Amino acid sequence: MKKYSISSIVTEAFRDNLGWEKAWAKPKPKKEYEVIIVGGGGHGLATAYYLAKNYDVTDIAVIEKGWIGGGNTGRNTTIIRSNYLQESSIGIYEKSRFLYETLSQDLNYNIMFSPRGVLMLCQTEHELRAMKRTSHANRINGVDTKMVTPDEVKEIVPIINIDGPRFPVLGALWQPRGGTARHDAVAWGYARKCSDYGIDIIEQCEVVGVKKKREKIVGVETSKGQIKAKKVCFVAAGHSSVLSELAGFRLPIESVALQALVSEPIKPIIDCVVMANTVHGYLSQSDKGELVIGGGADGYNNYSQRGSFLHIEETVRALVETFPVISRLRQLRQWGGIVDMTGDRSPIISKTPVEGLFINCGWGTGGFKAIPGSGWATAELIYNEEPGNLAAPFSMDRFSEGRLIDESAAAAVAH
Amino acid sequence: MLYLFCPICRRDCDETELSCGGQAHLIRRDHTSSDKDFYRYLYERKNDKGIIFERWRHVYGCGKWFHTARCTITNQVFGSYSAKDALPPKSLLAKIRSSRVDFKGWIK
Repeated sequence: MKKYSISSIVTEAFRDNLGWEKAWAKPKPKKEYEVIIVGGGGHGLATAYYLAKNYDVTDIAVIEKGWIGGGNTGRNTTIIRSNYLQESSIGIYEKSRFLYETLSQDLNYNIMFSPRGVLMLCQTEHELRAMKRTSHANRINGVDTKMVTPDEVKEIVPIINIDGPRFPVLGALWQPRGGTARHDAVAWGYARKCSDYGIDIIEQCEVVGVKKKREKIVGVETSKGQIKAKKVCFVAAGHSSVLSELAGFRLPIESVALQALVSEPIKPIIDCVVMANTVHGYLSQSDKGELVIGGGADGYNNYSQRGSFLHIEETVRALVETFPVISRLRQLRQWGGIVDMTGDRSPIISKTPVEGLFINCGWGTGGFKAIPGSGWATAELIYNEEPGNLAAPFSMDRFSEGRLIDESAAAAVAH
Repeated sequence: MLYLFCPICRRDCDETELSCGGQAHLIRRDHTSSDKDFYRYLYERKNDKGIIFERWRHVYGCGKWFHTARCTITNQVFGSYSAKDALPPKSLLAKIRSSRVDFKGWIK
């Protein structure tokens, strides 16, 4: 792999950009691998990458039904933060945010990480109290957040309306080290580096069956034929239940469509991420100038990848009240993705009833921010066949054992 | 916007009038059941990609529960039936089968 650098840009500029290589190879699947990762989104690619980087395992295939960057990694609102309440959540999300800081250098791929700050508004007394509790939990666990006053909120975001009338801003939880990153670049960067390690990224290849021998995994049946493997890991977000059904067990997961939208591009008006849980909307501005707006999840299970109009109206109504200046903007695009919701809104990184089969799912409405940390923890689980400190609290048996990780702040806004 | 038929009010309702109660025909468990069974009742879901049977409540109407059959890929609704039915009615299963040849029927 040729390194991306200032000199490579200059060199290519002098030869009509004809020397750039394909970022990752498109190999045919081999008959057998040591590890198969089912799902080539951010989490799957990060898992493969950290298996190679941290454990020298490179005999890996990443199998993707669609194309790299076409799933939820390219459908989210690109927010990165770690201001969670529970210790185990803080562990994995803070690890993730920390890895994001140097991910561009690590991958030699500009993921445009922009620690522009994340502001979570408190618009009721109860929310203010809950956020104070979160800020104390953050401080105890070494996450850099603090409570700010309404006047400070106005200073950070001049376009905000803090006076209500229905929901005046009473304060906010401010994480200055949170921010955004270019989401598809994260997938592309991991894919390029994985390919460089010799990991096979197999696109347009759907898993249609799971091969087991006496409750032990031996491989997967795909649309490109049978592939054997000693270990398999499902990292398929909204479609995890479909895969687990093939493997013969059910998950504590329900899939719903979550949607987002962007406005037409305008000049810079907001330089941080603002989340308003009470009125249900969140907003940031992309480098292209579009306002990136996160909408609500559908209230019923579906795999439609569309989202509903009524939720757009709900979200936009709330944001217009909070940011009156955006009221005349037009919507440019809207899209949906299928997210996997667990009962406690925390993820699952776990062994499964099938030996040699692992699963990483349940990130629900907030998986993008967790990509590096989740990959790191899942790689550890696959290599050791036992979870490390990061993954241990997120095992699947926490539901029957009653040790839920009740995460009120799992998503930007409650879904 | 989903439009579902409320069998109590005998009219179509907007999604905004309703609230979804998740998978229908779950086997309810109480404190005397095993941990595994209780977990299954509380958390484990079929979460099918295809035809599902689910519970809805007409919250901004009669306030009563009812059942529906819906496809989770296309959101096509096949019909509603009473909350008292322990299993989907045969006529509804036949209706689904007539438009979906690969429909396997109701699976526990």
